[in-house]
Amino acid sequence: MNTLRFTIICLLVGVAVYICGHLLGVGYVFFAGYTILQFVVLSSAWNILGGYCGYVNFGSAAFFALGAYSTVFFYKFNPLPIPILIVIGAVVSGIVGLGMGYLTLRLRGAFFAIATLAMAVVLQTLVVNWTYVGGSRGAYIVREETVSIFGYSIEYIEYLFLLMLALAIVSIVVSRTIARTQLGFGFATIRDDELAAEALGVPTLRLKLIATTISGALMGMAGAPFPYYIGYLQPASAFGLEYGVNSIAMPIIGGTTSWVGPLVGAILLGSLQQLATVTISSAVNLLIVGLLLVAFVVIAPNGLVGLVQERLRARRSK
Amino acid sequence: MSPLLHVSNVSKRFGGFIALDGIELEVQQGERVGLIGPNGSGKSTLVNCICGALQNEQGSVHFDGHAMDGLAAHQRTHRGLARSFQLPRPFVSLSLADNIRVPMLYTVHKRTGPLHADSVDARCIELLRLVGLDKKARHMPRDLTQVEMRKLELARAVAAEPKLLIADESMAGLSHTEIEDILALLKQLNERGITIILIEHIMSAVMSFSQRLVVLVSGKKIADGKPEDVVRNPEVVRAYLGQ
Repeated sequence: MNTLRFTIICLLVGVAVYICGHLLGVGYVFFAGYTILQFVVLSSAWNILGGYCGYVNFGSAAFFALGAYSTVFFYKFNPLPIPILIVIGAVVSGIVGLGMGYLTLRLRGAFFAIATLAMAVVLQTLVVNWTYVGGSRGAYIVREETVSIFGYSIEYIEYLFLLMLALAIVSIVVSRTIARTQLGFGFATIRDDELAAEALGVPTLRLKLIATTISGALMGMAGAPFPYYIGYLQPASAFGLEYGVNSIAMPIIGGTTSWVGPLVGAILLGSLQQLATVTISSAVNLLIVGLLLVAFVVIAPNGLVGLVQERLRARRSK
Repeated sequence: MSPLLHVSNVSKRFGGFIALDGIELEVQQGERVGLIGPNGSGKSTLVNCICGALQNEQGSVHFDGHAMDGLAAHQRTHRGLARSFQLPRPFVSLSLADNIRVPMLYTVHKRTGPLHADSVDARCIELLRLVGLDKKARHMPRDLTQVEMRKLELARAVAAEPKLLIADESMAGLSHTEIEDILALLKQLNERGITIILIEHIMSAVMSFSQRLVVLVSGKKIADGKPEDVVRNPEVVRAYLGQ
């Protein structure tokens, strides 16, 4: 299936999801759905570097927070429409991704992961001490009740949901396109054996920089509308542990070698967390993630997608 | 005629250990050169310096009339240098055909411009047929035997359409008939115009393959010449058999 057809199908699915949400008539569906879609973007973005290239990034929260805080900055400086803020978030996080890649990609394995974690701590410290964007006290973002699009007036949360739905589609299409092109082959060789890749003509450093930039930019995009969603943004929530952990756990649970894995993982884990938040408490979310992660690493190290593929292969060879 | 590969005065040290000490080496277009030496004599380090996996501190490497110094490994591959590794390093998550596809997408593409997908597919199968692995094109590298793995390694290096192929111990640990297989393959590649440097411990293989033999001992070149003369060289005998 070519990319155009795939994009159209994604859009149709998106429209169907929106209509279903609308028919339910409960505003909370959009509120919960936004979070799940946000994780679809984050986990797809993480997977481009972590799954395709094999470089584990523990600093997803930092890229997400950069997107969120560029929005806060412009809210104070000169409020802009959210779609423009999304582009700005992408540019800021993409540039930081490129810079981080340049500084850290000569490190491998655990050392790279530690460096990304350190970068997140450094950025959080900077934000905490930057009073213009609220510093450690945080910043309030006041949003309108409704938004009018093409003459229709819709609830603000629905508007945010639609934006995040669009971002989720963008990230899935990007992720799938990468996997199917020359770039995807190059990323896979980096994951498997960098030395051999280089010897066969793959410009590994350049490809890794492309991966950190795209991955960072997508995470920044996911963060940009967040202040409007949450209403009050403080460093501890933007740089929260849950973003770093979820964006690793979701692709691993879903499967890291294709674009499907992060999508499945994010929908599954995201819905479970929303369910737990409503029925038990939001405090159990990280416990759920932790337990599932342990279970999957033991039972299905290649994630749900890997599990299904193995079953299919076993059946075919019988 | 100027040599295809000219290594002049190349030195490499790791801390206080001198791995290569002023190596001089010339390889002519179309030649079959054997490179031998005891363990730890610097053969693989020399290969790494020629191919760009390591950068030499002193001296220079010229290939096909161009200076290679400072170029990354992938840039040297784009200019026509290819190598196979001592221990096979297949891309484990890619099928055999896709393993072969990588150098075509990244190296041959670079030289000839975009290739048609069908012609890349056909060429993958053709190369796998050359090494007798065409029936396993869709298999994963983990399904292969040791000798098949080494054949894949060579086919993948050849897929980059090199002018010079450096085969680093592609026969270690193989049986007699398997060695014959690999030797026949290497000779066939040489007949197609690829210059070959063979690094090997197995003397019978090196002797039957090489037109010229180069001997490294403790990072120094101690002999360079016709195989039958080199093996009679007293210094070489001493290095291999002791005094």
